[in-house]
Amino acid sequence: MSYVDYLVRRALQSVPVIFGLSVLIFFISRVVPGDPVRLALGPEASQQQVEALRAEMGLDQPLPMQYVDWLVGVVQGDWGMSLRTNNNVFSDIVARLPATLELTVLTLFFAVLLAIPFGVVAGTNKDHWQDHVSRITALFGVSMPRFWVAIVLQIIFVVTLGLLPLSGRLSDGVAPPPAVTHLYLVDSLIAGQFGTFVDAVKHLILPVFALGLATLAQVMRLIRSDMIDEQRKDYVLAAQAYGLPNNLIEYKYMLRNAFTSSLTVVGLSFGFLLGNAFLVEIVFAWPGMARYGVNAILYQDFNAIVGVTIVVGVGFVTANFVVDLLYGYLDPRVRMEEE
Amino acid sequence: MATETSGATLESDDTARQERIKQLKRGARSFAQNRLSVVGLLMVLTLVFAAIFAPFIAPYPEDAGAGVNFDRANEPPSIDHPMGTDTTGRDILSRILFGSRLSLMMGAVVLTIAISIGVTLGLIAGYLGGWVNTVIMRVTDIFLAIPPTLLAMAVVAATGASLVNVMIAIAFSWWSWYARLVQGEVLSIKEDEFIESSRALGSSWLRTTFKEILPNVVSPITVKATLDMGFVILVGAGLSFLGLGAQPPTPTWGAMIAQGRNYVTSYWWIAVFPGLAISFAVLGFNFIGDGLRDVFDVDVN
Repeated sequence: MSYVDYLVRRALQSVPVIFGLSVLIFFISRVVPGDPVRLALGPEASQQQVEALRAEMGLDQPLPMQYVDWLVGVVQGDWGMSLRTNNNVFSDIVARLPATLELTVLTLFFAVLLAIPFGVVAGTNKDHWQDHVSRITALFGVSMPRFWVAIVLQIIFVVTLGLLPLSGRLSDGVAPPPAVTHLYLVDSLIAGQFGTFVDAVKHLILPVFALGLATLAQVMRLIRSDMIDEQRKDYVLAAQAYGLPNNLIEYKYMLRNAFTSSLTVVGLSFGFLLGNAFLVEIVFAWPGMARYGVNAILYQDFNAIVGVTIVVGVGFVTANFVVDLLYGYLDPRVRMEEE
Repeated sequence: MATETSGATLESDDTARQERIKQLKRGARSFAQNRLSVVGLLMVLTLVFAAIFAPFIAPYPEDAGAGVNFDRANEPPSIDHPMGTDTTGRDILSRILFGSRLSLMMGAVVLTIAISIGVTLGLIAGYLGGWVNTVIMRVTDIFLAIPPTLLAMAVVAATGASLVNVMIAIAFSWWSWYARLVQGEVLSIKEDEFIESSRALGSSWLRTTFKEILPNVVSPITVKATLDMGFVILVGAGLSFLGLGAQPPTPTWGAMIAQGRNYVTSYWWIAVFPGLAISFAVLGFNFIGDGLRDVFDVDVN
């Protein structure tokens, strides 16, 4: 199978997941909370009023029809009004998405970047002290709630040491850079505003660390165990027999294979990362989508809840799609298996 | 003929049981040799002890409720209050001890529901096959593809914030892994000779399930459930941090951190100690799970 075929086939596999997700979200938002018409009109409304509004909102239609109407609206960007902000939910989310993307993508990047050397060192020193240290660090890393790590970091680095800012994306008085990508790190570099860039970096350090620690731990352990699996293989023995330096064998040949099989889990851990971004954003008053979503939940702002769930769900599916594309690119056997 | 068959089964049951006991002993020994898992077991036992005897060991059991003692509010850790007091003067250690009940109960209830749903759906899908299998497994795939924290948040948002709703919401987003495991196991051994022969001997499918299929999935389920106890406690703590769990004055660890978060600049202990309690609990289950994974030699990723 060519890479393009693989790509198309994999994209088609995402369709049922997105479809299922949309049915699930529709079900949760429309069916579970009870009758939205009664909620809107209150207990005093007459039967006539109720039926009139029901017809107006299309709620007298059978559920599958309602679902289709809703889906068409969603695709066209009509995500309804937010009860809290009185804006279209779609534009609300678009305004907040870049902040969340900047935080989560940067976190994933650094978590994986650091996990690779740590995982290799632990894996190639199995049952030595490096491995034990990595094992215990990783277990601590996945066991501490990320929102609590965030608070502890604030207490240490902000309250006690005064080294970093407490919250937000930029300091008071620092204007956001001219919007191009809406990612402050990128935009400030484009505009050549290095002061703003440094300020944005300072604001990112603690959130990225709090959010990434557990992901780093997970990926590091995976790379370790995959490195151990690789060590048992014949090609490693052959390379050693040829007298190739260990570093070359480890980082060039074994790591490529070990990293490939760890990749799928990186995609999955992005889901946990997104879920936890909700909590970490709250702690750092990060003006992202997660905070918007949490407020929506607290204020029972249904359109906003549905909107956020869709965006995060699609983000998660996309991340896994990208991971699988990389996987198929790095490991041709994955493409062949499906033939 | 009938007596012969049952005799043969009894004998093979005996050897099977002996073999299983031998395996268990071997497993217990390698578990005991893994220092981390023994530490984990001690941690979890401490937690269970705290949960059961909270009213007797908590220095101020009345502080588990909505007590107000402004004359001793926001006190730093001291001999009287080893973990300090919160903004309304309640003893934090006492509240943490009572909070262990909620965390353990939440983990146990969520996993009981999730595993029951998962195992049942997996068995049905695997046995019936055909379109039933396709439908169940497609749905399972969708659930596997959605991050549990997100799904649980959406469900709680729709159903309203309460402890029961949070438990239902997490269980609802947690069953898929177990369904996939059991379905795979049923499919892989459905055609095996020993299953066919036991069916040919007139064993009902219910009996086959309990005698042949479930024992094969017990070890991966045990390992996964132990690790999941920790993760469910984490997700539950996150939801109650957001104010979506049990409502005040119930002493949940997550809600205690949320209260302390507003005072990090002046009273660090209010947020720090409940978080240590969560980490302690989750770490305990992770240590055990890590050890069990080596004992059973299963991969649960």
